[in-house]
Order: sequence, then C-alpha cells, then structure tokens
Amino acid sequence: MTDILLTNARLIDPEAGTETPGTVRISGGKIAEISPGPPEGAKQKASATVIDCRGKCLAPGIVDIGVKVCEPGERHKESFKSAGLAAAAGGVTTMVTRPDTLPAIDTPEVLEFVTRRAREASPVRIKPMATLTKAREGREMVEIGFLLDAGAVAFTDGDRVTENTKVLSRAMTYARSLDALVIAHPQEPGLSKGAAVTSGKFASLRGLPAVSPMAERMALDRDMALVEMTGVKYHADQISTARALPALERAKKNGLNVTAGVSIHHLALNELDVGDYRTFFKVKPPLRSEDDRVAMVQAVASGLIDVISSMHTPQDEESKRLPYEEAASGAVALETLLPAALRLVHSGAIALPALWRALSLNPARRLGLDTGRLAVGAPADLVLFDPDAPFVLDRFKLRSKSKNTPFDGARMQGRVLATFVAGTQVFGEL
Amino acid sequence: MTFRAKHLLGIEPLAPDEIRTILDLSEQYVDLNRGALKHSDVLSGLTQINMFFENSTRTQASFELAGKRLGADVMNMSMQASSIKKGETLIDTALTLNAMHPDLLVVRHPHSGAVDLLAQKVNCAVLNAGDGRHEHPTQALLDALTIRRAKGRLHRLNIAICGDIAHSRVARSNILLLGKLENRIRLIGPPTLMPAGIAEFGVEVYDDMKQGLQDVDVVMMLRLQRERMDGGFIPSEREYYHRFGLDAEKLAYAKEDAIVMHPGPMNRGVEIDGEIADDINRSVIQEQVEMGVAVRMAAMDLLARNLRAQKAEGVWA
Repeated sequence: MTDILLTNARLIDPEAGTETPGTVRISGGKIAEISPGPPEGAKQKASATVIDCRGKCLAPGIVDIGVKVCEPGERHKESFKSAGLAAAAGGVTTMVTRPDTLPAIDTPEVLEFVTRRAREASPVRIKPMATLTKAREGREMVEIGFLLDAGAVAFTDGDRVTENTKVLSRAMTYARSLDALVIAHPQEPGLSKGAAVTSGKFASLRGLPAVSPMAERMALDRDMALVEMTGVKYHADQISTARALPALERAKKNGLNVTAGVSIHHLALNELDVGDYRTFFKVKPPLRSEDDRVAMVQAVASGLIDVISSMHTPQDEESKRLPYEEAASGAVALETLLPAALRLVHSGAIALPALWRALSLNPARRLGLDTGRLAVGAPADLVLFDPDAPFVLDRFKLRSKSKNTPFDGARMQGRVLATFVAGTQVFGEL
Repeated sequence: MTFRAKHLLGIEPLAPDEIRTILDLSEQYVDLNRGALKHSDVLSGLTQINMFFENSTRTQASFELAGKRLGADVMNMSMQASSIKKGETLIDTALTLNAMHPDLLVVRHPHSGAVDLLAQKVNCAVLNAGDGRHEHPTQALLDALTIRRAKGRLHRLNIAICGDIAHSRVARSNILLLGKLENRIRLIGPPTLMPAGIAEFGVEVYDDMKQGLQDVDVVMMLRLQRERMDGGFIPSEREYYHRFGLDAEKLAYAKEDAIVMHPGPMNRGVEIDGEIADDINRSVIQEQVEMGVAVRMAAMDLLARNLRAQKAEGVWA
C-alpha cells in the first residue's frame, strides 16, 4: 500500500486542543508523520499519493458510542452494510453498537455473529457492546468474562433500566473484577413509565404523558451510590437535564470512575421542536427544555459531559406514523451527527478541538481504543470535512435504510469530504 | 365571515374573531332548533362520518343530530369494535375512509394528536371530537356560548374550572378559549390532578375550593376521569368529594348569580352534589347540551362553506 500524504490541511488535534495548518502522512494504516505548516515540512516519498486538502479540516474519525444496527432481527430497518455506509459518509470511523437487538446480544455466540457480519459488511470499524443482563431483563448478569474475550467493549441494557438494585450491584461488582465498562441509562423507571415528552407547559398543552426531568437525576444519584459501593467503571449513556449535572460533577470530584454522554439531539433540539406531534422528534429520553439544552452544551464545553453520541436509532415509517404516544422512539443520526455538532461551533459555544474531544478522543479513551487521536503511531482513522459548506438535508438521500431524522429540511453546515479507516479511504472522491 | 380554517382540530389555532364567528352563527341554530321545523339543507349532499375510537354517547349523538338537522348524510362508525382490533393503523383507516369521499369527518381518539395526524391524510374537513388529553374544541365552544347567553358577555368574567384538570381535554380547550377572550381563569383541584407547568398558562391555581370560588361568575366542574387514572391520584372519592366536590356550602363563596356548569357525564356525589346539578336557578348543565347541538351545526356549516370554496378554487382534489 502506498503512503498517502494529506497536505494543506487544518489539523484538529483534540489531545493538544489545537487547530493548526499542516500535513499528515499515512503509512501502513497508521499516522506516520505529522508536520506543521506547508507541505515542504513533510518528507515527500516518490510513491506517496498526495491529496491537497485545500485548507479544510482534518480530524480523527468519530467514535460513536450507542449506534443501533438492527442486525440481528430487524434488518429491514438497518443492516451493518447500510449503517456502515452511513457512518462512513458521516465521518464516523468506529461504531460502538448497541446490544438491544432481537435477540439481544447477550451471549458470546450472538456476539460472534455480530462481529462476523460487521467484518463482512461494514466499511468502518465496529466495536460491539453486550447486554449487562440476560435478555435485558434485569435478572441475571451475562457471561461478562466470555463476552469480553469475544470482543465486547462495554456492557449495557440500553434504555432499559435495571430496576433491581441488588442485581445491578452484583453485576457491577463482577464487572469491576474484570475491569469491564458498564453503561447505564439513568431514568427512574417508575416516573418515566409511559412518558412521551418532558413535563412542563409544552407537555400539558399537547396533553401528552410526561416525565419530570427529575427522573434522570434520581436514577443517576442511585447509580453514583452503586459506583461508589462497587468501584465499577461507569458511563451514563445520556445526560440531558441540568438538574442531573451537579450529581455528575460531585461523583467526578470524589474520584469515582464515571463518565457521561449526551446525544446530539439533546444538544441541537428542544421539546418545542416536537411542534404538532412530529414523531420524528420522539427520542428517549424525550427532548428537554431550552434551558436544559443550553446547560448540556455548556457541560460539553466545560468537559463535564465527556462524550457526544448519535444514539442512532433506525425506525421504519410504520412505527413512526402513529399517534405520538404510540410511535416508536429514536432517530437516525450517523450522517447528521457531524453537521449538527458543528452548529455548536458556528454558534460560538465550543471550539473545534474541544468538540472533537467529545466526538473522538474521549469515547475512544473510555473504551480503551487507540483511535480518536491525531498522533504519530495512531491508527489512520481520519475525517476530512468542510465545516462551513451549507446544505439542506433531504432525508431520502440518507444512506441509512430508515429515514427517521428530525433534521429533514433543516439548513445545516458541514460536509464530510473524505473518511479514512486504517489508512483506507472509505468515503469521498478525492 | 372570518373563519377560514380547513379543520377544527383545536382552540389553540383560532383567533378571537373566529371564535366569535362560530358563536354568532350558533345563535341562529339555537333558534332553528327551538322552532317547529328543525331542518336546514346547508349540508345537503354532503357525507358526514362520525368516527369514535373511544366510547361516547352524548358527543356522538350531538354530532349526529347536528349533521342530520343540516341535511347531511350521516354515518356512525364505532371504531373500538372494528379494524383497530385487527391491527390496522390509524393511517390505513384514514386512507380507507378517504376513498369513500366523506366531506366531514368527526373524530374522537384516546391519543393526543391522533386527530391532527388523521387530518393530514384525508382530503375533507376534520372536526376534533376529543383527542386524548389534548383538546375538545366543540365542548369549549358550547361552554362559551352557554356562558355568553347566561352572562350577557364573554370577557372579564371570573371563571373557575374545578377538579381533574390533568386528564381533561375539556379543561385545556376551555383555558385556551376563555383566555383568548380575556377572562380571568382560576383552576381549582388537588395538586396531583394539575398538569405540570400549568401556571405558565396565565391562570391562577388553587387547591382550596372556598378560596378559589371566591366571587367567581362561573363554576365549571369537571368529571373525575377514573378511566384515565392508573392509580393513586387521590386518596379516595369520599375525601375528594369532601374537599373538591361542589356543594351548597362551597358554592356560597361564588357570586350570588354564579352559574354552575359540567360537561357531563356527571359523577353525582363525587365532583358535584346532585341537588346543585339539578338546581334550575344555578345549573346550566341542560342548556350546555342544547348549545352543543347548535355549536356543532355552526362549526360544520362553516367548515362546509370553506370546503366548498376551496374545492371550487381547486385547492383540494
């Protein structure tokens, strides 16, 4: 394989927190050399393919924790192939997939099926997660040891909360002994049962069943106590309310091994976007108030929230074209994650390198992956993008099999020009 | 005429003038209904389908009678018994019905927003006869007409809405309508039956009947919606009646000429004392039923006019 020389790029380095002009040389699937300034600085090998980046941004590929690929079970909604193509087009070079499939990924055998299908069909890397309890029923823990050996990078029951605290504490204690990462969805199950929106004026006006934002804090408080008790490595998949932040901050200050994520939808949208019962805006947890959204953006900027995820959840038209209460939750987002996240940059809320900490560096570190960095020796998983290029999103042009995006018709900025995984270009024409 | 809407899905999108237009026309239908010949042909040749996905006797009968008095061909479909049970989606049902070329579709559905969804998929006028906890516009309009006739005006009145606000689409539509016409609205009920964020609706909230009813012109009672409650909103019906049921003692705090309203069906001895409900000097509950037919006639008449005008302009196929 010949070397690739990416010249004249704006290098986004989330580790150093810098944004500098420079050149990157890819060799043997890894970043072989990074030189500042114009291309003269880099040793040009005669055999290298030279790509002029024309001053556009070159950053580590996005590591997306919590992608739902609907294999096994619902391939008509999304397959490894369609999700992989969508990821490549969205600058996502590692999909960390959810285990809430049909059947759930709760044994090494099912996990092996996933890894094999992923290897065959996906142009981007796939790191699978396994469930924490068998069939996500919250009763018995899975074979955490075997699943780790088979390649599971984390353990989560997805949006299903383990209600039985004893079961959860045992699973956490066991996971701790194997240094496994547990990912949980903090929602107090009693309060949030049946809820379609966040309680407040909007919910009351629309007459929809609602959950108090306090349900998130209550569940996070419980989980933080369990983390303190068991010492497990814990990641909250989605924090979406301002009231949950002090609990998170306290846990981190007390030295608990805790990180937190937020979905792109909770950073870019608020509850009012639901408007007249638009079910493409129904996600879980539900969209929050504008105050909460702003607090989440600030928490990402300050580093209190570590990770931004797409929480890519494909749903077919049938499951969305229902009365709001009955409609399925979730939105596809692999292809809209990057332009939606860039809204935060364009609005001046966060700088590009800081944004990329949450999109690539932090999630990779949390999962113990060596990607997510723009450093010599790191895998050449890279995304080249124009942060300013404007476009109007047409959902039917998405590569995902399901087209349930809340950004249909939205004016966005930020186009992926090329995506590289292990030094191989998987998207873009250069 | 200032009513140009295609559908009547809720009070929220209506302007004060549109509300007044409907009420003014309703007055004419009150007269018609009280006359010897209770018939008009304004909906002649049009097909009205009443689709009720939720039990209703009163509202369905009212819409049916309204349609028949205006000369429409009226069909009732009770949807609990039909294809919904066979797994057909709401959209499929809508498309099936649409192929039968109805002109007016009257829909009640247990889920908020379901009537909006249906209205997007059919090309006829849709009237919301109640969707989940969202809106029940014709009920609010008939309440408004009743108040206007009893009080001689529909602004600057003190109006108390009492009881199960949380589960009530009637309350939501009434809060919106009476607010648009600049009345002072008080909500009275136990905090467990108040929707979240209700104070932001520009209302005053009370959890004590005697305080809340002080000097009001109108007392609107709501039915305790036991079928929508899954446990534990109130400790018991007898305690509820004691604290929030309307009896003579509590009503004494209202103005002397205050009227008592109830959308029906009543739970006597739960939210309202039977004697108050039957007191012809205070209760306008029977008049509300009468106004219901007139308001629905007016609403369907206006929507049919718009439908004809739009079809003539080729807006709809």
